Amino acid sequence: MDGYNFAYLDEQTKRMIHRALLKAVAIPGYQVPFGGREMPMPYGWGTGGVQLTASILGADDILKVIDQGADDTTNAVSIRHFFQRVAGVETTTATTAADVIQTRHRIPETPLRAGQILVFQVPIPEPLRFIEPSEQETRLMHALEEYGVMHVKLYEDIARYGHIATTYAYPVKVDGRYVMDPSPIPKFDNPKLDGNPALMLFGAGREKRLYAIPPYTPVESLDFEDHPFEIQRWEHSCALCGSDRSYLDEVITDDKGGRMFVCSDTDYCQTRRGDVA
Amino acid sequence: MHPTTYAQPRLTVEGLHKRFLLHGQGGLEIDVMRELSLTLHAGECLVLAGRSGIGKSTLLKMLYGDYRIDQGRIRLHFDDGELDLETLPAYAWHGLRRDVIGYVSQFLRVVPRVAAVDVVMEPLLARGADEAESRQRAETLLARLNLPERLWQLPPGTFSGGEQQRVNIARGFIGEHPLLLLDEPTASLDAANRDVVIALIGEAKARGTAMLGIFHDENVRERIADRLLPLDGSLGNLSIVSQDFRESLS
Amino acid sequence: MKKPAQEYPVLLDVQDITRLYGPAKGCEAIDFRLHAGEVLGIVGESGSGKSTLLRVLAGLEAPDAGRVIYRRSSNEPEAARTGTGKHESGGDQKENAEAALDLYAIGEARRRALLRLEWGLVHQNPRDGLRMGVSAGANIGERLMAQGQRHYGQLRATGQAWMRQVELDPGRIDDAPRTFSGGMQQRLQIARTLVTRPRLVFMDEPTGGLDVSVQARLLDMLRTLVRQLGLSVVLVTHDLAVARLLAHRLMVMRHGQVVETGLTDQILDDPQHEYTQLLVSSVLTP
Repeated sequence: MDGYNFAYLDEQTKRMIHRALLKAVAIPGYQVPFGGREMPMPYGWGTGGVQLTASILGADDILKVIDQGADDTTNAVSIRHFFQRVAGVETTTATTAADVIQTRHRIPETPLRAGQILVFQVPIPEPLRFIEPSEQETRLMHALEEYGVMHVKLYEDIARYGHIATTYAYPVKVDGRYVMDPSPIPKFDNPKLDGNPALMLFGAGREKRLYAIPPYTPVESLDFEDHPFEIQRWEHSCALCGSDRSYLDEVITDDKGGRMFVCSDTDYCQTRRGDVA
Repeated sequence: MHPTTYAQPRLTVEGLHKRFLLHGQGGLEIDVMRELSLTLHAGECLVLAGRSGIGKSTLLKMLYGDYRIDQGRIRLHFDDGELDLETLPAYAWHGLRRDVIGYVSQFLRVVPRVAAVDVVMEPLLARGADEAESRQRAETLLARLNLPERLWQLPPGTFSGGEQQRVNIARGFIGEHPLLLLDEPTASLDAANRDVVIALIGEAKARGTAMLGIFHDENVRERIADRLLPLDGSLGNLSIVSQDFRESLS
Repeated sequence: MKKPAQEYPVLLDVQDITRLYGPAKGCEAIDFRLHAGEVLGIVGESGSGKSTLLRVLAGLEAPDAGRVIYRRSSNEPEAARTGTGKHESGGDQKENAEAALDLYAIGEARRRALLRLEWGLVHQNPRDGLRMGVSAGANIGERLMAQGQRHYGQLRATGQAWMRQVELDPGRIDDAPRTFSGGMQQRLQIARTLVTRPRLVFMDEPTGGLDVSVQARLLDMLRTLVRQLGLSVVLVTHDLAVARLLAHRLMVMRHGQVVETGLTDQILDDPQHEYTQLLVSSVLTP
């Protein structure tokens, strides 16, 4: 495409982001500031993730973009089109076929493999922000591992609801050191962060922060001894593919209260239905 | 008087002076004590004699660290050595007051909201004594001093002068300090309770407690004093005198 | 009769501390030692520099000159060390000579861990010491969680026990501090501070801003806690009655300097310095 560098960002910007990414990979879970650029889409639409994807994408890479697990939602479609246009790369909806997967709010159900890169769109990168508005102070808290306050939040959950009611953006400790916000993925996906063979990158556009979980890094969800971390469970199986081990969305089917539960990961669901058929 | 039976002095005071300097009154200097010396033995009760209002309390307050020692020497004698009080740093007084020197003041300093029995047992708790045992001992003393049981759990702030004084006495005696300073403990007591205090003093003597006291009641003085220390020469007639610093300011 | 033990271990060794914001604003050349088990009162009027001094002592504000040395007995493990895990600051510290910590030389990591785990600070305004948005139980439990306690049931039981200790209704453990009265908030702050059983506690006008009857209750409670927990305390107050009730020893400050020190009742009953005499004689005694 004329007038644009490959994948929209200029090479200097990509190099700058690469340097930040190298640092992020070297210090798993640590938030690295980077010189975020204006992207041709508003904040909140995944500008952080898009910049990371743009800077790591190669001409031969196959790209998959999902939003809430689905390949066909507006955000996913827009970003996929964006990269088709500015990079001309091949895209796919198949998790297994993709080299780079940009995601909002989910980790695919199909296990990732070594060599794949998962890029997360992050709205608020700082897990301590809820209690401490000062960036200077939160950086110090990370530096000194002052994380007691994270458990204050979980304690409040149990005191108020009888269990840890945090269901998404559930805080994790990466490699026994940095407490990290895994972006608003459901806590159902937290176990997939642990020891994953794929490289996971996190980009926050508005706050201009990126962080990473290198392949096979231990990632632990914070909890209490007597209230251990648990993932969501459903009484239902997927109404379409029958899976009883995937993350389900509740879908309203008519105006009379009809509803069904289906996989949020559309590729996983379709693949299973293909297998079943 | 049996001075020969007191083998070893417990307290010696030599050449004590006290002067108040009142900055607020143009640097007025008031000498209230000059060349005061005394010796006190274990098991002895020495009573300070002298006109009312000449400042006998000043001596007790100096011995308790409440007033500074301008000049002179105060020594405590222990089996294993001596301790000079005039050079004792402030932090070393805490332990001394807890374990060695007891003081029954003229008036009870009321701590808001603290029950009488808790006021009494506090010196024991300060030493880390068992709470139930301390309470038991406090109640025994209060009962002996005829303080009605219904008052034990009340803060003594609203008690009568005599009732407060009995709480104060119980608090002073419960710790069984080896050196006890008594500032008119019987002043506002009726005859029956005066007798109790005299008995307490007698028991303390038998334990070997050295006591230095101020008693205006002739009768009490005769019954408890082993010796009298006349003070008119070294106290009071030196200049204007007040027993309390704050009074002298006003 | 045996001589009382003349051992008074020094807990805090304050050497020639100066922190000035301007001429006679702040504190200057402050030098004293706090002994284990002592309650030291710092008294003076507003602007005397006592609060600045407290901030320096409590590790919140580095002095312009001087040192604050914290001495723990050598056989004690350093909670501050274990608390920070694998971080080490400054390479020139001798590992085995750690009985004395120079507060502003040990590095921010260990200083903050020390403040959080071995020391405590009670603010005049409980809002400065509490998290107003989270429940009383979480407020009490925070320091324990920072120490690594990870059992909700135990944290809760400890929280309730401390609420009882400071005369709060344990049934209100899930209520936010903003629903408590000022006196209750102050007691909650004290529970939150003392739950880790710090050895050294700094208190800045702990009864200030409270009604008289509420003050009395708090004073009595503080006296009991100091005795039961064997606390050493540096207490800043302008209220001589509070100082009389709580402090063993007093330091009188004026214009950033210490004008007189001594036993509490000696300072109040036989003040030597002109300013102390003025201060003492200015107090209304009911």
